Amino acid sequence: MWDYSEKVKEHFYNPKNAGAAENANATGEVGSLSCGDALRLTLKVDPDTEIILDAGFQTFGCGSAIASSSALTEIIKGMTLDQALEVSNQDIADFLDGLPPEKMHCSVMGREALQAAVADYRGEVWSDDHEEGALICKCFAIDEVMIEDTIRANSLTTVEEVTNYTKAGGGCSACHEGIENVLTRVMAESGQAFVAGGVGSAIAAKSKATPVAATPAAAAPVEAAPKTDIKRISTIMRVLEAVRPRLQADGGDCELMDIDGNTIYVNLTGACMGCQMASMTLGGIQQQLIEELGEFVRLVQVEKKADKLVGIGG
Amino acid sequence: MNDIYLDNNATTMVSPEVLEEMLPFFCEQFGNPSSLHNFGNKVGFALKKARQQVQTLLGAEHDSEIVFTSCGTESDSTAILSALRAQPERKEIITTVVEHPAVLTLCEYLETEGYTVHKLEVDSKGRLDLDKYASLLSDNVAVVSVMWANNESGTIFPVEKMADMAHEAGIMFHTDAVQAVGKLPINLQESNIHMLSVSGHKLHAPKGIGVLYLKRGTRFRPLLRGGHQERGRRAGTENAAAIVGLGKACELAMQHMAFENTTVKAMRDRLEAGILAAVPYSFATGDVDNRLPNTASIAFEYIEGEAILLLMNKVGIAASSGSACTSGSLEPSHVMRAMGIPYTAAHGTVRFSFSRYNTMEEVERVIAEVPEIVAKLRKLSPYWEGDGPAENPEQAFAPVYA
Ligand SMILES: Cc1ncc(COP(=O)(O)O)c(C=O)c1O
Ligand code: FES
Repeated sequence: MWDYSEKVKEHFYNPKNAGAAENANATGEVGSLSCGDALRLTLKVDPDTEIILDAGFQTFGCGSAIASSSALTEIIKGMTLDQALEVSNQDIADFLDGLPPEKMHCSVMGREALQAAVADYRGEVWSDDHEEGALICKCFAIDEVMIEDTIRANSLTTVEEVTNYTKAGGGCSACHEGIENVLTRVMAESGQAFVAGGVGSAIAAKSKATPVAATPAAAAPVEAAPKTDIKRISTIMRVLEAVRPRLQADGGDCELMDIDGNTIYVNLTGACMGCQMASMTLGGIQQQLIEELGEFVRLVQVEKKADKLVGIGG
Repeated sequence: MNDIYLDNNATTMVSPEVLEEMLPFFCEQFGNPSSLHNFGNKVGFALKKARQQVQTLLGAEHDSEIVFTSCGTESDSTAILSALRAQPERKEIITTVVEHPAVLTLCEYLETEGYTVHKLEVDSKGRLDLDKYASLLSDNVAVVSVMWANNESGTIFPVEKMADMAHEAGIMFHTDAVQAVGKLPINLQESNIHMLSVSGHKLHAPKGIGVLYLKRGTRFRPLLRGGHQERGRRAGTENAAAIVGLGKACELAMQHMAFENTTVKAMRDRLEAGILAAVPYSFATGDVDNRLPNTASIAFEYIEGEAILLLMNKVGIAASSGSACTSGSLEPSHVMRAMGIPYTAAHGTVRFSFSRYNTMEEVERVIAEVPEIVAKLRKLSPYWEGDGPAENPEQAFAPVYA
């Protein structure tokens, strides 16, 4: 079965704050249609300070839904509503020492319940803008809807591009058949036919001296002469410096680790590996770098402590 | 106290007698059965014996109708793909919505290759509509593939009758009998079943060994071509030890057939009755009067299956759930959904599946533990209030769905 951390088990076996909070004045009820789990979060908020005095949850959900709910209530008690809204699903997962990729959506549900509860308290209407599809890439917890949207938005045509934009497919590559199927379907909407690349996209990319040719769409708009090394490095640093404040505002950061040809290694922290923001951020930064440098570069996420590649970013 | 294993539809323990029979085939009689020398020859005889043991359990007319494969899934794929390749002019397949993924996923893939797949639906008890089935039989159909017994609910399909209907219409009939073999008496020489899949690990043989029964005269195209093993119908050096083990397991299953349908069934019935009596808002799923003797599938309303399994596991009880969250697919069991069981119950479905190694004492322990586990989780459920479901549970809790 699942490889749950001790922390997940602890919160599952002995959930904190189970049941409705007494004298609650905010309630959020959300569910995940794809798996049928559902969650009710109740908060008791101090009207003067907006501090969450008490929180309680009830869930119709699996082990990690229960553990995530328990973790969420522990995290937000004592916070103001605004502080609580800053809690990301990655924070919930981190609090539990990690969740299996298939289970990340359980922490997403907790965060949505929180948003719904705050909206309820403030008399706003909360609507969910996060659609969830079948999980395609287990390595990076990327679902079908996310891949479809990204293909449409960027007119992607190859598995490698999908990997560059979403990370999906950048790990074990077992999901490449699934990605090809999504490409086939989405491209057919605009009358295009998906053409698979021979042996496989990853293999083709590796054997080439530069991946430029393998990803024509990503490199397409700019055709400038390569910059000298120093100029190039300073351009890279300038772009990264420019995006850091935005990341830091979300509790993350992006550090330059190494540059190897057209592969740029960064340590992107804090952002959620499972949600779309992380990949959009990596993808977004890569796009800016490509435009600024006038050449195709690949942004690769490295994990600082393990000092090894965790996947191909972009 | 020992842990209680009630997940025998997932896999079974290798019988000690089976293991004993297998052991010499690793370090002593390790020869290649195709070799001429003594090392190989002895293995060849052992395989012949095993083939006959399987033949006896299946009631097959000839031992050459038994083709050893690597698993149930391989047998299913071999059967369906063979039927398509042997009859390229026929582009339709008939199956059911509740098949094991070994059949369903393959069929979904074949749809993308241009085949038409008719999936027969089931009613609320998991039963098929044979009139609908009859209406689909035509010269365009290459193969019918219908499971003998369902792995989740235990519901038995009338495959012998369905095979007669297919045979009369000149259509190949395959059945995935992975859950039925060893639990139900089978006599293939009296049937019109052309192909049948078996998996060793469901009847106390090891994992990674299977059988495709192929009625003599059925047109066939191998999945794996190569050497002459299995008369060229499944190339690849035989997994001799596992085949010998499966032979022994079939012999034991034959000896225990009555036990399975009396003593094992009695344990299942006691467990089901005990739990249903002690736990309010729970019910048995499937066709309870027509199912495997070892399987009970119980839906606990308003709670989720994985959570139940984790708490049971904590007290040493192993079972399975059709809940979305145990599978990693994030989808609730296709079998429970096909029977129209509401979300709030389908998610809380737990399958208890027995073997002849279980005891009545274990059954009583489970009956004693389960009600408390269910009650604990219901306390957390937004659909539950005090001692019963919230009034109008669907209205009391109406989440915004993503
Ligand atoms: C009905 C059914 N068919 C096929 C299989 C697959 O068998 P195997 O695991 O040997 O491939 C199983 C068991 O998982 C099953 O229950
Ligand atoms: S599952 Fe997508 S790369 Fe591994």
